[in-house]
Amino acid sequence: MAQLTQPVAPAGSRPSTAARPARRRFRPRAGGAGKQQSGGPVAYLFLIVATLLSLFPLYWTVVAASHTDTDIVTPPTPLLPGSHLISNLRIVWDQVDMTTALVNSTIVAGCVAFSTVLFATLAGFAFAKLEFRGRNALLTVVVATMTIPPQLTVIPLYQIITDVGWVGHIQSVILPSLVAAFGVFFMRQFLSEALPVELVEAARVDGAHSMRIIWHVVFPVARPAMAVLGMLVFVQAWNDFFWPFIALNQQNPTVQVALAGLGSGDHTIDHAVVVTGALVATLPLLLVFAVLGRQIVGGITAGAVKN
Amino acid sequence: MATSVRATSDGDSTGWRSKLYRLDTKASPYAYIAPFFLCFAAFGLFPLIYTGWLSLNQVELGTGAQWVGFHNYAELWDNQFFWNALRNTFTLGLISTVPQLLMALGLAHLLNYKLRARGFFRVAVLAPYATSIAAASLVFVQLFNPDYGMINQLLGHLGVDPVQWSSSKWPAQIAISSIVTWRWTGYNALIYLAAMQAVSGDLYEAAALDGASRWRQFVSVTIPSIRPTIFFTIIVSTIGATQLFGEPLIYGGNSGSGGSAHQYQTLSLYMYDKGWQVGELGQASAVAWVMLLILLLIGAVQLFVLRNNRRKLGG
Repeated sequence: MAQLTQPVAPAGSRPSTAARPARRRFRPRAGGAGKQQSGGPVAYLFLIVATLLSLFPLYWTVVAASHTDTDIVTPPTPLLPGSHLISNLRIVWDQVDMTTALVNSTIVAGCVAFSTVLFATLAGFAFAKLEFRGRNALLTVVVATMTIPPQLTVIPLYQIITDVGWVGHIQSVILPSLVAAFGVFFMRQFLSEALPVELVEAARVDGAHSMRIIWHVVFPVARPAMAVLGMLVFVQAWNDFFWPFIALNQQNPTVQVALAGLGSGDHTIDHAVVVTGALVATLPLLLVFAVLGRQIVGGITAGAVKN
Repeated sequence: MATSVRATSDGDSTGWRSKLYRLDTKASPYAYIAPFFLCFAAFGLFPLIYTGWLSLNQVELGTGAQWVGFHNYAELWDNQFFWNALRNTFTLGLISTVPQLLMALGLAHLLNYKLRARGFFRVAVLAPYATSIAAASLVFVQLFNPDYGMINQLLGHLGVDPVQWSSSKWPAQIAISSIVTWRWTGYNALIYLAAMQAVSGDLYEAAALDGASRWRQFVSVTIPSIRPTIFFTIIVSTIGATQLFGEPLIYGGNSGSGGSAHQYQTLSLYMYDKGWQVGELGQASAVAWVMLLILLLIGAVQLFVLRNNRRKLGG
C-alpha cells in the first residue's frame, strides 16, 4: 500500500485525468492545453487594477498606522508611511491587553482548525464513500445547517455559558465551533472526486478495519484538502467577531474583541490608534498569506468546492 | 460483499471476528458523522429551538419568560423599522452580492489565462480575505469619511462634490457593500477558477473551430460548464448577505441603529438592537426566527433550481 501515502489524484480531477502524475505548481489540466490562451495587455490592465484595489486598503492600513490622528483627519490624507508606528503600537498595548488577545486568538483558531479538520474529514469520508441508511437525508441536514445565522443561537448559548460560569473564558468560544457544516461539505466534495472507491474497497478486502482505512487511505489522500480547510477555518476563527464579542470581555479578549474595545470606552477615539489595532489583528494572517499564499491558492483552485 | 471475501480468506477464525467486522462497517459511518451531529445538537439545534420558544414569550434581560403566543411576530408585522430592516437587508445583499460575483467571474476568467506573475495576481486578489470584518470595516470607515476620507478627496480631484457616505441612504449602503465586495471577490474568483480549470479543453477547441470568439467561448462554454459552482457561490453569498451584521455595526460606530435614519439597519442589526440595546429578548428571538425562515425559503428555491439544472445537464 505504499502508493497510498501519495495523493492518488490531484484535487478534484476527473477520473479520466486521475492517472496523471500530480505536480505541485499550477498546471494546465490534461486536455486543457487548448484553452490556456495567453492574456493580452487588456487582461494585464484589468488584473493590475484588481490587484491595486485589493492591496491598497491593506497598504493604507500600514500607512495610517504610522501617522498621528491629526495627520489622518487632515486632508490630504498621507499616502506614504510615517514615523509614529511604534508610538501608536504603544498606545494600543496601553489601552487593551493585546498580548493576551494574540495568545487567545492563536489558541482559539488553532483548536478550532484542528478539530474541524479532523471531524470534517471523518464525516466527509462517510458521506462521500460509505453506504449507510439516511445518508442523503443527513447530508441535506448538514448543508441546511449552514443557513442558520449565528444570531439565532446566541441568546441560549449566552445563558448556557453564564450557567456554567464560562463567560469571559475562551472555551466558550472554542466549544461551539468544534466542527462546521462547511467543513463537512468541503471534505465530502473533495473525497467524492479524489478518493477512488476501489481504494477503499481494496483495503476492505485486505481486511483493514475502518480506523486503519481512515489512517492509511483517507488521510493521505485528503491531506491537501485538509491543509486548505485548516487554513480557511483558522482564518475564519481568527476573524470571528459576533460570538466572541458577546462571550468574552476586555479582560480576556481575542484580537477582534480587543479591536472593538479600542474604538469605545473611556478613550477619545484616536483614528490612528484604531487603525493600528486593525493592523495588529490582521498582520499575523497577512504574514501567513505572504509565506503560504501560493499553497493556499493552489489548494482552493485545486477544486475542492466544485459542483 | 467485502465481508464475504474477508470470511473466506480467514476460514477458521470466522465467528466473532466477522461479526465484529460487520458491526464495524455498519456502525462506523455513524461514528464518523457523530461529532458533527452531537456538536450541532448541543450548540445549534437546541439553541435554535430554545430561541423559537423565547420568541413566543415576553422576555426581558434578567427576567423570567411570560407566554404571549405570536404577539412578538404580530408586533414585527406592524413595525415599520422591521420592514425597513428587511428592505435594507435585501438591497444591501443585492448590491454587495451581484457585483461581487460578476467581478469574481470576470477575474477568474482573466486568472485562467497564461500570464506572467499569475501566481502573484492570484495571491493578491485573495489577500483581503485575510482581514477581519472588524479590521476591514474600521479602515473603510476612514476611507469613506465624508470630511477627510480619501475617497471624497479622490472624487474632488475628478470634480465631484463630496458624497455623504454615512448620512445619505444609498451612498452609505454602497460604502458598506464595498467592504463586503472587497473582502469576498477574490475568494469567489478562486472558487470559479477551480471550476474553470476542470472544463475540458476539447470544448474550447471545438468552439474555436466553429469560429467562436473568446467572449463567445466564455459565454457559451465556460459559464454553462461551471454552472453548479456559480449556484454554490450564489447560495453561500446569499446566506452571508442575509446575516450581514459586523460591517453595518462597525460602520455605524458600534451602534445597532444602522445609521441616523436607520438607513442601513439590517435584520441582524435590528435584532441586536432589540435584544441587547432595548433588552427585549423575546422580540429579538422573533426577528432571528424570521431570518431563518427567509433563509430556508431562499435556500429551498435555490436548491430546487439547482436540482432541476443538474437533471437537465444529466449530472
